Amino acid sequence: MRHLTLTGALLAGTALAAPALAVDLTIESWRNDDLTLWQDKIIPAFEAQHPDIKVTFAPSAPAEYNAVLNSKLDAGSAGDLITCRPFDASLALYDAGHLAPLTDLAGMENFSDVAKSAWTTDDGSATFCVPMASVIHGFIYNKDAFAEVGVAVPATEAEFFAVLDAIKADGSYIPMAMGTNDQWEAATMGYNNIGPNYWKGEEGRLALIAGDQKLTDEAWVAPYRQLAKWGDYLGDGYEAQTYPDSQNLFTLGRAAIYPAGSWEITGFNAQADFEMGAFKPPVQNAGDECYISDHTDIAIGLNAASGNAEAAKTFLSWVASEEFASLYANALPGFFSLSSAPVTLEDPLAQEFVSWRGECNSTIRSTYQILSRGTPNLENETWNASAQVIKGAESPEDAGARLQEGLASWYEPQM
Amino acid sequence: MASRRPIRWHIVVFLAPAVLVYTAIMIFPLFNTLRLALFTEVDNVRHFVGLENFRTLFGDPRWSESFWNALGNNFWFFFIHMLVQNPIGILLAAILSHPRLRFAALYRSAIFIPTILSFVIVGFAWKLILSPIWGIAPGMLDAVGLKFLYAPWLGKEEYALTTLSLVSVWQFVGIPMMLIYAALLTIPEEILEAAEVEGITGMSAFWKIKLPLILPSIGIISILTFVGNFNAFDLIYAAQGALAGPDFSTDILGTFLYRTFFGFQLQLGDPHMGSAIATAMFAIILVGVCIYLFGIQTRMRRYQF
Repeated sequence: MRHLTLTGALLAGTALAAPALAVDLTIESWRNDDLTLWQDKIIPAFEAQHPDIKVTFAPSAPAEYNAVLNSKLDAGSAGDLITCRPFDASLALYDAGHLAPLTDLAGMENFSDVAKSAWTTDDGSATFCVPMASVIHGFIYNKDAFAEVGVAVPATEAEFFAVLDAIKADGSYIPMAMGTNDQWEAATMGYNNIGPNYWKGEEGRLALIAGDQKLTDEAWVAPYRQLAKWGDYLGDGYEAQTYPDSQNLFTLGRAAIYPAGSWEITGFNAQADFEMGAFKPPVQNAGDECYISDHTDIAIGLNAASGNAEAAKTFLSWVASEEFASLYANALPGFFSLSSAPVTLEDPLAQEFVSWRGECNSTIRSTYQILSRGTPNLENETWNASAQVIKGAESPEDAGARLQEGLASWYEPQM
Repeated sequence: MASRRPIRWHIVVFLAPAVLVYTAIMIFPLFNTLRLALFTEVDNVRHFVGLENFRTLFGDPRWSESFWNALGNNFWFFFIHMLVQNPIGILLAAILSHPRLRFAALYRSAIFIPTILSFVIVGFAWKLILSPIWGIAPGMLDAVGLKFLYAPWLGKEEYALTTLSLVSVWQFVGIPMMLIYAALLTIPEEILEAAEVEGITGMSAFWKIKLPLILPSIGIISILTFVGNFNAFDLIYAAQGALAGPDFSTDILGTFLYRTFFGFQLQLGDPHMGSAIATAMFAIILVGVCIYLFGIQTRMRRYQF
């Protein structure tokens, strides 16, 4: 009898002790598309090495993420690990004391200064998120459709519109899958996709920040002129077409070209049953130097109010490791590691995108650093302007003038 | 000397739970929002700035343009409801209260059911119905030879707000119908019979006898519609997102408040300007309700049966 009680007590003891030892970490993220990848691949790989830490991936919808996260942080109910948006959104969180400094975190030495730039203070003194990945813009196309219509991958602006005309004349495919209902595609996959070729990447972007160029300059209006021509090649009723509509139109094989970000690759591989290829944004004239948007997009930081800071730092150091870089880049083809460690990609489409890094100059999206700090917000205004220009509701020149006026109303170097 | 009446503690005790709960979740947040509108935040420190936020809201051309745009859209939203939802509600109630109508209970439930659906479901379902790509609207119009009437309504600046107003009317037409229906049932048979003896039947009985008797209910419905419409947010947000596209043509005060208060994409939230907008909304609704209470309701004639 006594023996039984003892065993019972011991059993109860171990049963109680086991969960008490484990530390629970929660990750806030906007990548709800990646839920299964985190649950099935990334988290198990980490937990296998650290059985005492349990990690939960708790994403929210991308468009609401910033608002939801800010509210949670203010209320003290946010998770231990925070997925960081690039630039000001995260910088504001760091300045408000919500993100802990990670400059001295073990593993940070694996990243270049450029990779860390999106999550470093303006004076470069502190880094507050571990860089995870960047995304590259370009166009994904349906290889079967191109073969059927008999067109080749375009390299210049003129070729690009010739291809679109040919597909339109053929009539069996919608030339390009994009809608203006959600607005951001027009700016992100439209304006910031083709734009760097016109404003010469970093050169133009930094000149705009310094105040040496204006949004009314030809380099910044020209991409709008291109966008204004896109409306003719989009599907019927594109004004009410949403982002998921566009994705489905393309993966169902009804559209030939999809203005893309590399983050689409995983989803498209799973959905489309035709062969896909990618081409980079067309240059103005054959032989021009090319520029691509290779945007530092995602990082992960530590909630300063977390009660499990030690366990969270263990996790962050693992995120900075080569093992994570290889695991993440291959689990999510299209999110290219920012780590200096060389990672080989198995996905051909992702390999095509990342190969452009060798041929072209990389830049980041023009509106993200510093220029979206005030009201009106340049990024949100660019969404609106790009959608308006594609619909023909606003001329490229008017759009440029409106954005310039808005920016000059609060940004000193542009006044 | 009469003995002083004892304090009736039970009144306080019975009132306390409701007063406490109401204060904690309604009155305190309301006044705190009004207070928050008088502050601003610079470098993470909150400063008292008096009415500065309101000066920005109404004086700064960008803010005031957004505000007047949202307010104008809101009035149009309300106007469509008053013009479409309430007359249809009254008509449906009049038909339903017809004694010889069969399956009245079925129609009543069918028309009322959308009211209990979530905005998210309504917004999403209608977005799919009207979608130019997968929707059934273009196909149905095509089947009756009216395809030329179809447009991607939710994506066109000139139609989007009216379309969403009509979706909202579809959802809520059951409410005025039910209230008017209840009011119509309370009209005593004797009055209608007396009118019949005088030769007033059919349509003229409705216009001359029933309508004047249900006017107070119509007043209540109008004010409920007003308050509901000026607090609306959910449907627009579910269908068009926080930027209330295309080009802010469906932006109403609720979505404008949300964008400002919580921020959107790269735009960070500003609780202080947000509170200023919330205060303006509160004032607009308060003025509207006061006009109704003091201007209309006190003059309304009541009939004693």
